Amino acid sequence: MSDQNASFGNRGNRDASVVNTRGMGTIDGTRKSGPVGAGRTGDPFLIGEAMTGGYGRGADILHDCTISVEKGQIAVIVGPNGAGKSTAMKAIFGMLNLRQGSVRLDGRDITALNPQDRVKAGMGFVPQVNNIFPSMTVEENLEMGAYIRSDDVRRTMEQVYDLFPAVAEKRRQAAGELSGGQRQQVAVGRALMTQPQVLMLDEPTAGVSPIVMDELFDRIIAIARGGLPVLMVEQNAQQAMNIADKAYVLVQGANAHAGTGKELMANDEVRRTFLGG
Amino acid sequence: MDILNALVVFLNFVFIPAAAYGAQLALGALGVTLIYGILRFSNFAHGDTMAFGTALVILVTWGLQALGVGFGPLPTALIALPFGIALTSLMVLGTDRVVYRFYRRKKAAPIILVMASVGVMFVMNGLTRLVIGVDEIRFDDGERFIVTVRDFKAMTGLDEGLALRSTQALTLVVAFAVMIALFWFLNRTKSGKAMRAYSDNEDLALLSGIDPERVVRQVWIIAAALATIAGTLYGLDKSFKAFNYFQILLPIFAAAIVGGLGSPLGAIAGGFLVAFSEVAVTYPWLKVVGYVAPWYEPGGLMQLLGTEYKFAVSFVILIVVLLFRPTGLFRGKSV
Amino acid sequence: MASNRQATASANPWRAPLLFAVLAVLFVLEGTVRNSMFSGSWNTSLAILNMGLISAITALGVNMQWGYAGLFNVGVVGFLAMGALAPVLVSLPPVEGAWSAGGPRLILSLFVGLGILALSRLAWDRTRKGWVVALVLLVGFFLFRGLFDPAVQAIEGNNPARHGNIGGLGLPVLVSWAVGGVFAAGAAWGIGKVALGLRSDYLAIATLGIGEIIVAVMKNEDWLARGVKNITAIPRPVAYEVDLQQNPDFLSFAQGWGFSATEASGIWVKLSYMSLFLVVLLVLILLAELALKSPWGRMMRAIRDNETAARAMGKNVTRRHLQVFVLGSAVIGIAGAMMVTLDGLVAPTGYNPLRYTFLIWVMVIVGGSGNNWGAVLGSVLIWFLWIKAEVWGPAAIAVLTGPLAEGPLKEHLLDSSPHMRFIAMGAVLLAVLRFAPRGLLPER
Repeated sequence: MSDQNASFGNRGNRDASVVNTRGMGTIDGTRKSGPVGAGRTGDPFLIGEAMTGGYGRGADILHDCTISVEKGQIAVIVGPNGAGKSTAMKAIFGMLNLRQGSVRLDGRDITALNPQDRVKAGMGFVPQVNNIFPSMTVEENLEMGAYIRSDDVRRTMEQVYDLFPAVAEKRRQAAGELSGGQRQQVAVGRALMTQPQVLMLDEPTAGVSPIVMDELFDRIIAIARGGLPVLMVEQNAQQAMNIADKAYVLVQGANAHAGTGKELMANDEVRRTFLGG
Repeated sequence: MDILNALVVFLNFVFIPAAAYGAQLALGALGVTLIYGILRFSNFAHGDTMAFGTALVILVTWGLQALGVGFGPLPTALIALPFGIALTSLMVLGTDRVVYRFYRRKKAAPIILVMASVGVMFVMNGLTRLVIGVDEIRFDDGERFIVTVRDFKAMTGLDEGLALRSTQALTLVVAFAVMIALFWFLNRTKSGKAMRAYSDNEDLALLSGIDPERVVRQVWIIAAALATIAGTLYGLDKSFKAFNYFQILLPIFAAAIVGGLGSPLGAIAGGFLVAFSEVAVTYPWLKVVGYVAPWYEPGGLMQLLGTEYKFAVSFVILIVVLLFRPTGLFRGKSV
Repeated sequence: MASNRQATASANPWRAPLLFAVLAVLFVLEGTVRNSMFSGSWNTSLAILNMGLISAITALGVNMQWGYAGLFNVGVVGFLAMGALAPVLVSLPPVEGAWSAGGPRLILSLFVGLGILALSRLAWDRTRKGWVVALVLLVGFFLFRGLFDPAVQAIEGNNPARHGNIGGLGLPVLVSWAVGGVFAAGAAWGIGKVALGLRSDYLAIATLGIGEIIVAVMKNEDWLARGVKNITAIPRPVAYEVDLQQNPDFLSFAQGWGFSATEASGIWVKLSYMSLFLVVLLVLILLAELALKSPWGRMMRAIRDNETAARAMGKNVTRRHLQVFVLGSAVIGIAGAMMVTLDGLVAPTGYNPLRYTFLIWVMVIVGGSGNNWGAVLGSVLIWFLWIKAEVWGPAAIAVLTGPLAEGPLKEHLLDSSPHMRFIAMGAVLLAVLRFAPRGLLPER
């Protein structure tokens, strides 16, 4: 909270005739990007290395945390509540101040880029909540996903509709009127419209029914097998490990374990602590 | 015949003035609603932005008139309008840079922007007074009437005449064109959709690669253009007086809220609803009734409320709509 | 004023006393130094101070609504006007013939009007049909006008050159101050009941509207306070200058201090007003502070800071908000009655929202949201600047345009320089919002 916010407390923010708090953002859109540096040889496709930092001037949430994903693979981040899983994602996407560490994508150092420019650099991100434009139609949601593209987007849109036939039928409906699972599909579809080089999903299955969850996992696997690297945070550790090529266990903002999904499933400590047996 | 006369009186004194006034309110309310929807606060400086823009248009008009430039039968102000819009946009963008951007970066609560807009209102008000003074100014030139009462009577042979002032016709035509253009922009162009996306979900717009500062700049320019156009049309139709532009803020806010804050379509509907009710409630219906029901002799003027209470009308409509439909006629952003 | 507990708790315990001392120095300078900046007249200085104190009471009312509950009231001008009616209706001598002309009928029609509103509410509760309510209101409206209009005509026809209004009760003017509070509270209750009861607040727009309407009523209902014909000679709670100037005791007293009779009488009257205003202000602050520290005040702040939690704990948020809105408006109404008493005149055309609503807001924000002493400091300071800007503005422009060649532009700028005060006030508000958003005296 900024000084400006603290100064008025919660005063006046209830008066709908003067303030509109719906859809308000949390990311500073006025920040300018810094220069793009060179990557390091032998880097994975996307890596957030030794990241330390927190929100604004607040305390550090991440401590020397490293996350990476290779081409064509699925990497998942799991861990207990409050371990900094979503924060690690946001750090990779440039939404918090990194005091140390760097983020490198495809042979470039993009640590200094703001989130807008990371999208242009080829990263796609699906937030956990508020991940659609509720008053716009499904089709417009997808169009907005393709905002940075100047070529013909219809082919990509058809691919998205092929991937998620359920939302294809509702393309003229306002996205806010869809069911939870369908919204999630629209959200993933919107991110795919950018034609990103890497897709980042923050708990895509939060709050959806088990059947829908299985279906979403299937789609995510399909996306990854299509060659697009996927980095996701997942609450549902068991299922996530099953599909993960690489898994990270975070505890209190630091790496606790890393390895392939199978390795971690076989690790006694990880199983006891996080997988409930 | 009597029915026709009644209709003519109605058109002349109620329908045409209300339509012109409604169009002016609607343009003003569109600006307010866009800023509310996208920048997320009610801009108290909007009335004074209208006054400021109109003052600039008047200055340019005087300059053009001094150079001997005219627009034939149309008011010279129409040529001056683009200059006025450009200058007002610059002013408003400058204000955003100096005042509002700071709070946007801090992600400050919208109420602080409201407060800041009160400060901007004071400054704009002072600037307008400084630039053009506080006196009443008429700046319409060119042909005054499209149809005069005498011509109309001669043409139709009716007892009652109908006058259509060119400023009224101009208001309707310009307002209509501007509204079409705005809707086309918001619903059909990439920038317009980006604006709606930003209004819906700021963070996600950013994560889609939409540059928020660009959206904000565009909104300010559109709001400045709408304010200048609305202000100029209002000034052409009535006259320019800085204080009146401050007072028009209430019906404009009422129109925007009645229509549903954040909904452009609602702002237009609200503008016309407020205008028609204001005129209808404060108009003395005696003459119309005299033609329709000649046998009936009411005691008074058949005026529901004195014209001084026109603000009360917009207010009552506002309350009634909010009581029965809190989101406004068209679903706005506020609940 | 130095023992301000709220401000002493803030970073620097000397902040509040120091700022008030600076303020006092400004007024002393205004009273003693005669140059291009200050008038050197105690009469001017005290006149500014008195109006500043009334602004302070107004700001106190706004601060209760904003500071305690976070309610955004932009109809301050209306509640001031509501209070201004009280001295007219309570303290003016009765107008001969006005009551017999239409008084009872007028009162009856007003009650009928209220009854109709209540009936429409009842109709809505019972039937839930919009058209029934509309019908009740429509029939009621004509019934009301049928009763009301002849009464008003009769009263306004009664000696219209001198009166034409209903007249007052002839009670002491100090009584009318309290009545002014009651009037404003009544208006606030009506508007708050509607605007705060909706799913979310629409208080700002509602107060903006009601403010305009009250001022419009004041301008146009001649029977009430003679409308734009103004009412002069509101009775005074203090001595008249003329009487003082004829009082030998006072004259010798004035000579002892080295003032002329006119100057001394003016100063004496203003000092008397000042003492009255200070008493009212201090009593109100005392009550406000006590309320804030009571369980009621703690609950108010809890609601303001986290409404959801307060609601979950079973607090009736809407009711509390209505309470504080009515109380704050009552304070504004008292200020309205005091202002009319000070001026001795009711002139509805002067009720400009920029001056009486938004300038008050500048005072509250500059002083410090939620801090009563801050509201006082901000009010007196801003009022001083507002008055002096009229003098300093042209001076500043004259300096700025000094190198400019004589011509129409320079002349125009010099002519319009009094408008600089608006720009100055806007700049002050923006600067405070940006660099010290908690105001000069921050809360707690």
